[in-house]
Amino acid sequence: MRVSEKIIEGLLWLSAVITILITIGIIWVLLSESISFFQVVSLSEFLTEKEWTPLFADKKFGIMPLVAGTLLTTAVAIAVALPIGLTIAIYLNEYAHARMKQIVKPLLEVLATIPTVVYGFFALTVVTPFLQQFIPGMAGFNALSAGIVMGIMIIPMISSLSEDAISAVPRSLREAAYGMGSTRLQTSFGVMVPAASSGIVVSVILAISRAVGETMIVAIAAGQQPRLTLNPLVPIETITTYIVQVSMGDVPRDSLEYKTIFAAGITLFVFTFALNNLSFWIKKKYQEKYD
Amino acid sequence: MTNSEKNRLKDKAFQVFGIFCTFIGLVVLAIFLFDIVIEGVKRIDWDFLTSLPSRRASRAGILTAWVGTLWILVLTTLIAFPLGVAAGVYLEEYGKKNRLSSFLEINIANLAGVPSIIYGLLGLEIFVRQMRLGGSLLAGALTLSLLILPIIIVTTREAIKSVPRSIRDGSFALGASKWQTVWFQVLPASFGGILTGIILALSRAVGEAAPLIVIGALAYVPFTPSSPMDEFTVLPIQIFNWTSRPQEAFLNNAAAAIIVLLIITFMLNGIAVYLRNRQQRKIKW
Amino acid sequence: MSKKDIKLEAQALNAYYGDFHALKNINIAMEEKNVTAFIGPSGCGKSTFLRTFNRMNDYIDGFRVEGQILLDGNNIYQKDVQVDELRKQVGMVFQKPNPFPKSIFENVVYGLKIQGIKNKAVLAEAAEKSLRQAALWDEVKDNLNKSALALSGGQQQRLCIARALAISPTVLLMDEPASALDPISTAKIEELIYELKNHYTIVIVTHNMQQAGRVSDQTAFFYMGELVEYAKTKTMFTSPKDNRTQNYITGRFG
Repeated sequence: MRVSEKIIEGLLWLSAVITILITIGIIWVLLSESISFFQVVSLSEFLTEKEWTPLFADKKFGIMPLVAGTLLTTAVAIAVALPIGLTIAIYLNEYAHARMKQIVKPLLEVLATIPTVVYGFFALTVVTPFLQQFIPGMAGFNALSAGIVMGIMIIPMISSLSEDAISAVPRSLREAAYGMGSTRLQTSFGVMVPAASSGIVVSVILAISRAVGETMIVAIAAGQQPRLTLNPLVPIETITTYIVQVSMGDVPRDSLEYKTIFAAGITLFVFTFALNNLSFWIKKKYQEKYD
Repeated sequence: MTNSEKNRLKDKAFQVFGIFCTFIGLVVLAIFLFDIVIEGVKRIDWDFLTSLPSRRASRAGILTAWVGTLWILVLTTLIAFPLGVAAGVYLEEYGKKNRLSSFLEINIANLAGVPSIIYGLLGLEIFVRQMRLGGSLLAGALTLSLLILPIIIVTTREAIKSVPRSIRDGSFALGASKWQTVWFQVLPASFGGILTGIILALSRAVGEAAPLIVIGALAYVPFTPSSPMDEFTVLPIQIFNWTSRPQEAFLNNAAAAIIVLLIITFMLNGIAVYLRNRQQRKIKW
Repeated sequence: MSKKDIKLEAQALNAYYGDFHALKNINIAMEEKNVTAFIGPSGCGKSTFLRTFNRMNDYIDGFRVEGQILLDGNNIYQKDVQVDELRKQVGMVFQKPNPFPKSIFENVVYGLKIQGIKNKAVLAEAAEKSLRQAALWDEVKDNLNKSALALSGGQQQRLCIARALAISPTVLLMDEPASALDPISTAKIEELIYELKNHYTIVIVTHNMQQAGRVSDQTAFFYMGELVEYAKTKTMFTSPKDNRTQNYITGRFG
């Protein structure tokens, strides 16, 4: 082989290997900064303390309020996106005509292309004032509006991944169900959805992972008050919002406050990493089911 | 009512619910867009596009923001395009089916699922601090490049995969080397698909605010950047900044800036969809 | 023909996939408790025709039918006909065994459950009855809760037959039911068809000439969307009237 071919292959290889360096970089950055954080704050305080006030004079470093805020907005988002997204997937698969499917699917994808800062604006200026008409005690910043809007953003993710899973179910199963006189609804929920369940679960896990890492919607609309609560009507703070909040301010490097964002970051990374790999594992385990 | 009648009724009811769900997202989207246009369109004029930011809402403009977005777009393309395509080519054409390549695959899938704000932390430590680039355009573009790299790699691979074996065989049979085959046959044949993927990735990058906030992009920049080492802001950050102010007038500014941002995003997506359709029509293997 | 009643009848039936004319003016009448075989080369329309009897083609985009299909004298393509009711009368067995990814028992009683029958004793009784009819009972009676996917191909296909029988249809449509099976399983299915015709009107699509000869009373030969010849199986196989039938039966094409 000529030398130039070797060099080119080497360069291409390098580009591919950079992706591994990115992963190593992420883990190294998160670990090295949080290790020096955990030399000051014990891991048990981090995990069990019920308050998060690193920017106050009376500093407390319990991650739980941020985790609770993150899970709360995520739960609201999934509660919106799962029923709607799954229904859309079933509807497009069993009920809608091919033409309608062709038109609706790209339109739904538009929902996923809108920048999240725009969704944040909607949540704050449209959804919250609208909901406040019905829920008098609702605060201007709250997990509910942010979660609902995030749910709308995630709908196309669940609907398109679930639809792929449902349409991958062999046609013969669907025909068997119809052949016995099932209605479309009975075919969907009795046969198709159970047969596609692993794919649907994967879509939901990826949606959860997406919601956990979402930043701008919650930073704009959910508030900046770390609070250990399940009440979706009051201001809370998510892990991601906290990182933004500190980044916006002027926190000196090597201060403990600066390191908190890496401790928060590694918590977030652990969550999403676990969720993503769980979804890969499920996908791999069940992929060959019908071959 | 017989059981069959009940079943049919439920079936119909679900059909109605299905239509409702399918359109609720779109209706909400329409309401949002309508609201934005109502609030923002009266603020959009030449002055708004060519004015620097200001403490007074009525005098503030988005000049620095959209110029910053444009800079970021160009720099990110220059960095991420060659890197992502090269990695995609390696994985699809050169990589052997061994442990390394399956590890690379899992790794890329994982990177695609890492929240954007984590990339911000990576950029903050590596580019801003270690490489001493500060909160510059270059640091921002490098950070966003890493963020969209997985998207570009995945779409490049799909595009290359759709080039049939016979093209490669034909090229090899004429005595072409591996790289010649890739450069003269495979890449031109898959270029439309690759381009589509890159544009979609860029439209994602244009809307990102979180990682850039973390690396220290500022909300208030009183000048337009003139080199990659300058400090900068981008449209999403400007929108975020205006949205978090209590005065109504700034919300109108935010809405106006959103219109501009959405036009850019939709245009990029439109081009991508157009390219994809044209590609699908042009080539029938 | 004989004095038996006409169970199924097609009158001036035309079918289209978009612009493609798949079935051309088909007229045929099939007697009760008889086995009719549809034969013909691939793409001749025999499966399409079979699927008009339980309207399985309804969900295909661009498919439409002209003419009538009569079941017990009633046109099943009439507007007020409920497709799910129709399919409870006209059961179907498919080319490849397609058990649901559930237990054997759940598969057999699926049709009853979707009709709203919940009584366990009724379901158990129906399951045993149809599994016995499908000659599968002795092989699975101790493992009713095992996954249906763990059965062999031949057993799966008999399970699918049992599943179809459980809702007590009067007609059984079989679309090449043995084409994916080994010879021993095929023989079992054929024996079964011979038993079942005492209770059901059976229409079977097959590629296999010998099979048509073994199991059917009447045979219909299709070619390019037309019904070329329809006669007693014995007659057709010994003295076909049409040249095309002759050529197909003797293996000159197809």
